[in-house]
Amino acid sequence: MTTSYRYFSKSVWLAMGVLAVGLLIVLPILHLGVDKHSSMYVSSYAITLIGKIMCYAIVALAMDLVWGYAGILSLGHGVFFALGGYAFGMYLMRGIGQDGVYHASVPDFMVFLDWKTLPWFWQGTEHFAYSLLLVILVPGLLALMFGFFAFRSRIKGVYLSIITQALTFAAMLLFFRNETGFGGNNGFTDFKRVLGYSITAPETRVAIYMLTGLVLLGALLLGRYIVTSKYGRVLAAIRDAESRVMFCGYNPVSYKLFIWTLSAVLCGIAGALYVPQVGIINPSEMAPANSIEIAIWTAVGGRATLIGPILGAVLVNAAKSYFTVSFPNYWLFFLGAIFIVVTLYLPHGLMGLLSALRRKLSGAWK
Amino acid sequence: MARSAIYLCCLLLALLSLPARAALDASQLSKLAADDNDAKVAVVKYLASHPSPEAEAVLSAMDNDALYQNQGHLLIVRDDQAIDAATLQPLGPVPDSAESIIVNNRLRGAVQGALSAFKLFSSDLTTRLGAARDVKQDPRPEQLPLIQQALVKETNAEIRQDLLLAQASIQIASTNEAERLAAVKILGATNNPEVRTKLADMLIQNNGQYNEASPVVRAAAQQALKSIDLRVSLARAAASLFSGLSLGSVLLLAALGLAITYGVMGVINMAHGELLMVGAYATYFVQGWFKTHLPQHFDWYVLAALPIAFLAAAGVGMVMERLVIRRLYGRPLETLLATWGISLILIQLARVSFGAQNVDVANPGWLSGGIEIIQDVVLPWNRIIILGFSIAVLVFMSFLLSRTRLGLFMRAVTQNRAMAGALGVPTGRVDTLAFGLGAGIAGLGGVALSQISNVGPDMGQGYIVDSFMVVVLGGVGQIAGTVYAALGLGIVNKLLESWSGAVIAKIVVLVFIILFIQKRPQGLFALKGRSVD
Repeated sequence: MTTSYRYFSKSVWLAMGVLAVGLLIVLPILHLGVDKHSSMYVSSYAITLIGKIMCYAIVALAMDLVWGYAGILSLGHGVFFALGGYAFGMYLMRGIGQDGVYHASVPDFMVFLDWKTLPWFWQGTEHFAYSLLLVILVPGLLALMFGFFAFRSRIKGVYLSIITQALTFAAMLLFFRNETGFGGNNGFTDFKRVLGYSITAPETRVAIYMLTGLVLLGALLLGRYIVTSKYGRVLAAIRDAESRVMFCGYNPVSYKLFIWTLSAVLCGIAGALYVPQVGIINPSEMAPANSIEIAIWTAVGGRATLIGPILGAVLVNAAKSYFTVSFPNYWLFFLGAIFIVVTLYLPHGLMGLLSALRRKLSGAWK
Repeated sequence: MARSAIYLCCLLLALLSLPARAALDASQLSKLAADDNDAKVAVVKYLASHPSPEAEAVLSAMDNDALYQNQGHLLIVRDDQAIDAATLQPLGPVPDSAESIIVNNRLRGAVQGALSAFKLFSSDLTTRLGAARDVKQDPRPEQLPLIQQALVKETNAEIRQDLLLAQASIQIASTNEAERLAAVKILGATNNPEVRTKLADMLIQNNGQYNEASPVVRAAAQQALKSIDLRVSLARAAASLFSGLSLGSVLLLAALGLAITYGVMGVINMAHGELLMVGAYATYFVQGWFKTHLPQHFDWYVLAALPIAFLAAAGVGMVMERLVIRRLYGRPLETLLATWGISLILIQLARVSFGAQNVDVANPGWLSGGIEIIQDVVLPWNRIIILGFSIAVLVFMSFLLSRTRLGLFMRAVTQNRAMAGALGVPTGRVDTLAFGLGAGIAGLGGVALSQISNVGPDMGQGYIVDSFMVVVLGGVGQIAGTVYAALGLGIVNKLLESWSGAVIAKIVVLVFIILFIQKRPQGLFALKGRSVD
């Protein structure tokens, strides 16, 4: 991958600014401040959908950091996303208090299991700050441990992909068990409030939505800072010729480990933002298929472009929402076709296509 | 001396009196006419302990609801004619005032239990054997006289053994110490869990008193328990070893195709599971064809499905290779994503054409049932045959690879593509054929899977992680490694399963593989030599 890319051109900055204002200021105003029957009203469905897609965009960006810039194709990023979601979901479950179906002091699913007290790993989850810490620490530590072993023994390429897939598969099996203590099959749902505010209130929804947008923006700027730094250059060099970089005296393990862990943490944060908006988290988020889909968002947009994966996540998920409602039978055909067409004909994704078009146009002008 | 002679005479008399007491006690029988169910059950017990043609006739009449009463007198109705129940003398047409005797479920159970014991006297060997099995499984104290009487006449060794066990299971509760001792000694050969409980019961102390008073009997019971436990645990171990081998053979079938496409050609085929599915649906299709066209040969549809499933999956594989994979050689990550796309399309195709529900694939007669090694431990035939089948596929594949021209070309292309091409090997066509072979073997695996698991659009997804684990563990480019890895994973998985539950076992195995890869990234069996990236 030799696409030299200016992060970013003036017009991209401008477009980003317009989008940020539109999504983060105009849309919330149209949702909260406009009468429900007005044609300008933005429905709560739209807000939730856009919020959800922005969470996916954060994940796609995180995937781009490891795949696009470090050449590590993870097929297990879903596990970090879900762990972040579960960590914050624990706080939300505790927030239900005694308003559950059984009015018990423990979450409803524990009543089913006949557990009278909370297991040790649920201790302290009623504190908002502690659950935020968990959102970062749990995916981060898992990634750190896994990455340390994997990169140290120089597992890379397809091997690593397959092992990450096994990781998320194993985690899914574990979380499917009721005895694991995370609600088994059904996961967490039926949340009532966050920080004391009702979770279904439009104001709460808009607040989480805006927070998601800000995190996405922050992640994008952080990503830009990282890949343009000296560290980012070394990382790209490792991606392109690991042995040579090693012979130059760098230790690839710590370089890879940092970006890998950061990526996992970003996924965890995205998961934590996703859960209150969608209102449910269950082990199917860890299904291998979900994780592979993350890779295709990134590939559709274009690897190693930062903007591209966000674009890919938006387009693929918008298409998914459209297809699963209008042509549910054709969605998998369409998704399958995207996988094939993008890998065969668009190795640099939509961003690559755009820049090729621009080159052609400017060539025609000269 | 005189005393023993008297005993002997008494014994002889007793023996002689058994067949002599032909007619049934009418006063006992008449209780059947009353409404008291406890009394009726008692009569059935009485009949069971007084074996005679009359007793059997009464019991089978009760079982068929053909027992009537006419003013307290019991009749058996056969072909609209009444027969006296106590003497079996014909009495002419059935009187109008006769009422049927109601047999409720409890009574029917007792009747059938008694009747099964009567089969011990059948002239047909298999009937006797079946009856002996039944009494061995569920011995009842009232059957003791019948069993003893049958033992006198029985000559078949197998039946005698079963009867002796049944007799011992009853006599273990006897008040006679010698009888108990004899019973306990025989019972060392039983596998019946209830009997085991009874033996263990003897050794329990209650207020300083053993349940079994005699130390001799206790020692014998200890001995018997030991031999039962040893045999049962051996059988259990054999069964769990077998189920491990069986899981291993399934993994092997799923992974052998991958060993060619991934192991030899280096192509990551995420649609491999879906090729298994193609094979399974091909089996379903052939089954449907046999049902309508050749119902008399239905049992053999599985054999006919083998070549068809092979060709169907190989066809799909070759089309995949020509259209997609060919353009992605040397870009493994892209191949992974593209083949995942293919797998999504194949799943949806199956869903659209066969419905989202699982389809029904029946086991032919020769694949159902199993061998019972001890009570409750059965080795099913379909698993045994699939174990053999996976070995056959393995042999077929290694024959293809090592003894045929195609195999030679395949190995040549893998080792040095440019040189093979220069020597005139059509490398492009060899790639297609090799991929087709890997896909076809997955199709064969699909036929086997259709016989032991559900056939549905999503069936392939469950195997993809497992089969990649097998190939990764076994080492790339190694058929032998794949075999050891598949069988090893299968056995380890099942052994862990019996100890910790299925999910934990799976997780432990996955974690083990992840750690193992740390130590030996090249797998169990690595190719010797250098590969520099």
